Amino acid sequence: MSLVFGTGFRLFHRYHDLAPQLVPLDYTEQPDVKLPYELIGSMPELKDNPFRQRIAEVFSEDGQGNMTLDDFLDMFSVLSEMAPRDLKAHYAFKIYDFNNDDFICKSDLEKTLNKLTRNELTEDEVRMVCEKVLDEADMDNDGRLSLEDFQHMIVRAPDFLRWLSPKHYNVQ
Amino acid sequence: MARNVDCDLGHPLMEAGLESPADEEGVHDSFHQLIAEQIHNGGLGEAFELQQLQKELDEESRDCVAQLSSPGSERSERRLLGMQHDEREPDPFTGERWSSDTLKILSSMPSRTIGRSRGAIISQYYNRTMQLRRRKQSRPSIQDFSRSARPTIRGYGIETDSTDADVNKRDRLVNNLQNLSVSDRVRMLRAMPLSVAEKSELRRLASQKERRTLSGNQIPCCSRLKYYVIIAARQSWYSWLSFVHSLQLWQVALKRVSGRFGSGVLSYFLFLKTLLFFNLFLFLLIGLFVVLPQAVHPPALSEGRHSFTGLELFTGAGYFSDTVMYYGYYCNYTLRMNCRNENGGQYASVSIGTSSDCTLKHLPYKMPLAYFFTIGMAFFVTCIILVYSMSKSFGRSFRIDKSHSILAMKAFCSWDFKVIKKSSVKLMSENICTQLKELLAEVNHKHSTKTLYQKLWRVAVHCLAWTICVASTTACVLSIYFFSEHMHQNLQQSSRSVTKDPLLNEASLLALPVVVSCINLLLPIMFNLAAWMEDYESPSLRTYVAIGRNLMLKVSVLGVLCYHWLGRVAADPNSIGLKCWESFVGQELYRFLLMDFIFTLLDILFGEFLWRLFSEKVLKKNRKPVFDIAKNVLDLIYGQTLAWLGVLFTPLLPAVQILKLLLLFYIKKSSVMMNCQAPSRPYRVSQMTTIFITLLCFPSFLGASVCVTYTMWSIKPSSSCGPFRDLKTMFQAGKRWVEDLEKENPNLSMLARAHSYLVENPFFLFVGAGIFLIVIYFHSQVVDGQRKIIGLLQEQIENEGEDKKFLITRLQSIHEQRRTPTRRLTSQGSAY
Repeated sequence: MSLVFGTGFRLFHRYHDLAPQLVPLDYTEQPDVKLPYELIGSMPELKDNPFRQRIAEVFSEDGQGNMTLDDFLDMFSVLSEMAPRDLKAHYAFKIYDFNNDDFICKSDLEKTLNKLTRNELTEDEVRMVCEKVLDEADMDNDGRLSLEDFQHMIVRAPDFLRWLSPKHYNVQ
Repeated sequence: MARNVDCDLGHPLMEAGLESPADEEGVHDSFHQLIAEQIHNGGLGEAFELQQLQKELDEESRDCVAQLSSPGSERSERRLLGMQHDEREPDPFTGERWSSDTLKILSSMPSRTIGRSRGAIISQYYNRTMQLRRRKQSRPSIQDFSRSARPTIRGYGIETDSTDADVNKRDRLVNNLQNLSVSDRVRMLRAMPLSVAEKSELRRLASQKERRTLSGNQIPCCSRLKYYVIIAARQSWYSWLSFVHSLQLWQVALKRVSGRFGSGVLSYFLFLKTLLFFNLFLFLLIGLFVVLPQAVHPPALSEGRHSFTGLELFTGAGYFSDTVMYYGYYCNYTLRMNCRNENGGQYASVSIGTSSDCTLKHLPYKMPLAYFFTIGMAFFVTCIILVYSMSKSFGRSFRIDKSHSILAMKAFCSWDFKVIKKSSVKLMSENICTQLKELLAEVNHKHSTKTLYQKLWRVAVHCLAWTICVASTTACVLSIYFFSEHMHQNLQQSSRSVTKDPLLNEASLLALPVVVSCINLLLPIMFNLAAWMEDYESPSLRTYVAIGRNLMLKVSVLGVLCYHWLGRVAADPNSIGLKCWESFVGQELYRFLLMDFIFTLLDILFGEFLWRLFSEKVLKKNRKPVFDIAKNVLDLIYGQTLAWLGVLFTPLLPAVQILKLLLLFYIKKSSVMMNCQAPSRPYRVSQMTTIFITLLCFPSFLGASVCVTYTMWSIKPSSSCGPFRDLKTMFQAGKRWVEDLEKENPNLSMLARAHSYLVENPFFLFVGAGIFLIVIYFHSQVVDGQRKIIGLLQEQIENEGEDKKFLITRLQSIHEQRRTPTRRLTSQGSAY
């Protein structure tokens, strides 16, 4: 399991514990088991996170949040503390890209802000913040943030690594 | 992409890159020709375009099958189709409506498919592995430096068949991967943003090919053996690493704290853990080389051994003063093992040279040398570790260009995913909302019109606050100075007259530590009041000012105390009746450390627990006291400085510090969980962590090492105790050893001369420091150069954006031109 950051066996047991009757303990035949989004979203690390739906959608194969074991491992691998910054930035971009068009456009930004602040900012404030963010980060002036713009901004943000690193090592 | 910009301006890539802005006219012209040709060759052009579209459609449908975000591409398809009608908003470029052809072409632009198509990721990583290979071999050639997934102008038209290209790319990537070393390969595979299934497929392919090539060659047996040994060593290393990682200290506790309070409070506990490891290292080193040999060979004890009363735990004197704990216990001769004396006694240590009674001569262990070198090595290694972690931390948080994207970073990087608890999540949302509103207000009203009167008033308030702080600090420092002098005189008097109760004498030694700890506890409260009066606008400035004031206080207090110990006590130890001033100073430091711990506990009791009860029951407020991270970390740094100061005099002081830190962790954690709430002001974790590590390195460790070096270099050790009894300075232990070596073996006279030139001559130190400063200067110039290059690259990106807009509008205008005559035909026959 050296491709996955973190301890693979513990993750497997956590996956199994989410639905013991669905997930077999023996994975040698590569069974096709998918856990529905509701189970994934009920995990303590994700339960109260406003972005949990997007996280599940980004890492799931079908894009709806239903995860196989591979998707689950993927998710925790990227969420672990040992994943490099580039990898996290790549997935962060995907998570913030609500309409999956590989660009963070204005509507994506607005949705992000509303999720961050639980809809407490007024319309005007949201609009102003979006404009300012696009002003600051959009480098080639096409009105939206590409992956490269995003990564360029993340490189300069020293606090980015506390993003996406809930510790999950304890088997509670 | 976050790439390391190579600053070598002679690099062919740089030259190529810097050429491109000048070349733009040529590029535009060539495309102009191409587009003009298409206009003239109407039919041919259309067929060509239809072919292109067909290919693009095929490519897109293949992309749709790809794992990543497939519903997204369906959605974008639908959006494309819908956009031909009046449903969508105008494109931000020019407000025009793009035709669906243009949009199809736009949507399959490589810059848009980077995240979506596996082909783009694979080619990007192919390039990265290529770079890695080339870096390890020779200077890279320019052909290998194609950009991530964008086609260069040079590569235009070469790769037309995408399926073959895809498979080719993958094969080439696998080829590259197997040519890398195993650790590089694993690292590259881990960093790829592909799913685990694909990564394991790639790994399987790479190792398969490797096995094939391996079995093909004839490896000679010794290199095969070496190969196996290396593999076994590497696997055991990995398993050891994962074992150590799983043993992580206090994982559960830290997770709970971070889940509720976020990364700011977590950084305090992580700092505590770091200090614990420093002390553990110090303890192991000194314990192994200094304490253990001496404990196994106890010296002949002098008369008048004190009995154990309970007071020793507080004063450190009495029973403890004749134990391994203090400097005075250590002998100054060479220890030889299993040496039986005629006079009996199981372990007899023989002085240097005369050993006629000894029949067995095992490894001679020169105690003074061991003591001197162990302490020196401990400090040296700690220095290296500190400087390394400080530079790493600084590198992470230093921003090379003047960044203006405060708001963008706040939007994307401020959510702390470590926080899990629902109420804390809610609190964090509110915090971010407040911060965004504040930032917006700040950005919108940049020029606050302040009248001259208001400005003067603010300046006056600041001056007043600073005067209060500086004056109170000076007052406290002077009071410590005079109080210590008073205690010194007391001790002088009591040493002359023998009448007083010895227990009371010992208890009076506790007075100075109590006074200092009181000052350390109460004065920061006054600083907080002054800051509250000043009412800073930006919270980070407030934090920095608070840290500065606290630091000023602690540095001056420690300075006065060092003067007291080294300048007064060490200068004339006989006046207070001390045979062994080093042990006395060690005991003082032990007392200070202990008092610091006791006062921290009192602070937790009163400052956090009782204050929470008070504010809940009496003031009826629902807000718990806020955990002040900066003040707590500075307290930790202060304690660590005391420990470093005391290591020379009290070799077991790191053990005391370890115990203290362990207890402090559990007590602080329970107190924080019960009594405190997370700081409501924004807390920049990595910047603060950098500051704290820097503070640990510079005033704290540097000051301690300067004191210790001064002690070793200039102060005469006491003549009746300790391992440096008969030397003029402690430093002479090393010198004497070198002289002894020279006497025994005249061939080593070079070593002696080298030693006398390098180590004793301060000129060498100056030269070393000068070289160090020059290197730092060169590096800062390099950083300046990189900043300029970043500016140039940003301009270039803007120009590329302009290019893109230009091309797209021209493409669109061509479509419009051709569509107008044939619009009715194509719209009827369209099968969209």
